[in-house]
Amino acid sequence: MRSGLFRSCATIPPWPSGRSITSARPAAIAVEHLSKRYANGTLALDDVNLDIGDGEFVAVVGPSGCGKSTMLRILAGLDTATSGRIDVRTAALRADELPSATVFQEASLFPWMRIGENVGVAFDSLRVPRDDVRRRVRDVLELVGLGESEHAWPHQLSGGMKQRAAVARAFVTDPPVLFMDEPFGALDEQTRVGLANELMRLWERSPKTVVFVTHGIEEAVTLADRVVVLSARPGRVREIVPVDFARPRDAIAIRGEPRFGELVVRIWNLLR
Amino acid sequence: MNARRWVSIGAPISLVLLWQIAVSTRVLNPGLFPPPSAIAANFAAYAASGELATNASWTLSRLLVGLVLGGIPGTVIGLAMGMSGWVRAYFGPVIALLYPIPKIAILPLFYFLFGTGEAAKWAAVAVGVFFLMAINTEAGVRQIETIYLDVARAYRMRRRTFFFRVLLPGALPNIYAGAKLSIGIGIVLAVAAEYQLTRVGLGFAIFNAQQLLDVERLYAALVAVSLLGFALSAIVDALEAIAMPWHRARR
Repeated sequence: MRSGLFRSCATIPPWPSGRSITSARPAAIAVEHLSKRYANGTLALDDVNLDIGDGEFVAVVGPSGCGKSTMLRILAGLDTATSGRIDVRTAALRADELPSATVFQEASLFPWMRIGENVGVAFDSLRVPRDDVRRRVRDVLELVGLGESEHAWPHQLSGGMKQRAAVARAFVTDPPVLFMDEPFGALDEQTRVGLANELMRLWERSPKTVVFVTHGIEEAVTLADRVVVLSARPGRVREIVPVDFARPRDAIAIRGEPRFGELVVRIWNLLR
Repeated sequence: MNARRWVSIGAPISLVLLWQIAVSTRVLNPGLFPPPSAIAANFAAYAASGELATNASWTLSRLLVGLVLGGIPGTVIGLAMGMSGWVRAYFGPVIALLYPIPKIAILPLFYFLFGTGEAAKWAAVAVGVFFLMAINTEAGVRQIETIYLDVARAYRMRRRTFFFRVLLPGALPNIYAGAKLSIGIGIVLAVAAEYQLTRVGLGFAIFNAQQLLDVERLYAALVAVSLLGFALSAIVDALEAIAMPWHRARR
């Protein structure tokens, strides 16, 4: 469904120490009749249906308060649905694999752990030898450009670097599914676009099924294979917009394509 | 910053000078408020006789034993209250009811319960410290930002790791604040407990000086209490950077 997914990308250096983090077994996610009513009675999500393919990158946009973050939290197992079904179909996990990882919007690094420890947290429930953890943490930090920051405290890093570390934490165990909740929402535009590019490079070399919630329409079109547009509260699937740009994509070059503007305008109109 | 440091040093010095002037101009009655110079001389004699060291070390040991005896259970109960709604439901009202009772008013109760030896003095300090630690620790756990709990869940952190690497460090700033308050309250209680049933300790020295109307020695002993608290507080402050290397820089 996606060209170039497994194509090597010349801009990324090869993995150090000859190991590959590529898991060729992403997962498919089926969301059926998902509804969520908050304790105060508000209906946040109303009969959401969604099929996400193996290794697909899906962005979810919608007006603020439409329940898109709630939906992601339910998918990530951080919240429960009032009704409906979520099915994550994945091959059997290895002992060193998390079923999924989540990247949050806010500063989600523990302020009392150094960057390396923060990333290593992802291995806590997994049976991976300590030396391997250390090496993989170092490798992934190198890959996101934080090789020098392994021993830094989070407060010593800029907002963009902190989110890089959070992304590194999500990728370090190479889970088949990645949930991202407005991960770059708090960053300035330039940092956002830069990180979008870096995320795509990481994802191209270690394919995963990604659900990416954002309020940035351009960001959604840049990153995703399909953009799920939710309606205002209660959130329903308004439309699913396919984005058919070839991969690998460049977050800046893609903005020059006429089709990019058309898709952005189309999604804007759906949100009106 | 440097200028502020000078203000911090200058403030107590200027107040002492003011006192000295007030006494020498007879604004203050020297019979009740001896001049700081006389107190300093008495303090020096007190120290030279070795009495000060003996008394201070007794008070310090009572304080430290009480801090440990009250602080550890207080922290444990506070953590449990922070983590579990049931534990909070049980201890919350009990602690809220008992906390305001002035411990000094119930000192005789401690003598009755724990005898006339050291145990009663430890208990007096421990009880005061217990409430402060329980209340502050509970608040510390409860104010941990939910995002950190989400991360722990999202990455399937083990309970043990969650406790030692998230809960405890997350609550540590409040636990630390509780410890600082506990030192203050602990000294008050240790000194008060030394008014009776002992012949050693700074509290006894104060009590004894009162009985003998030795006003200068009374003040010298009060200065010793004040310096003891100040020193402990300074040590705790200095340890903060070691206990929470991430904390100071973040503020």
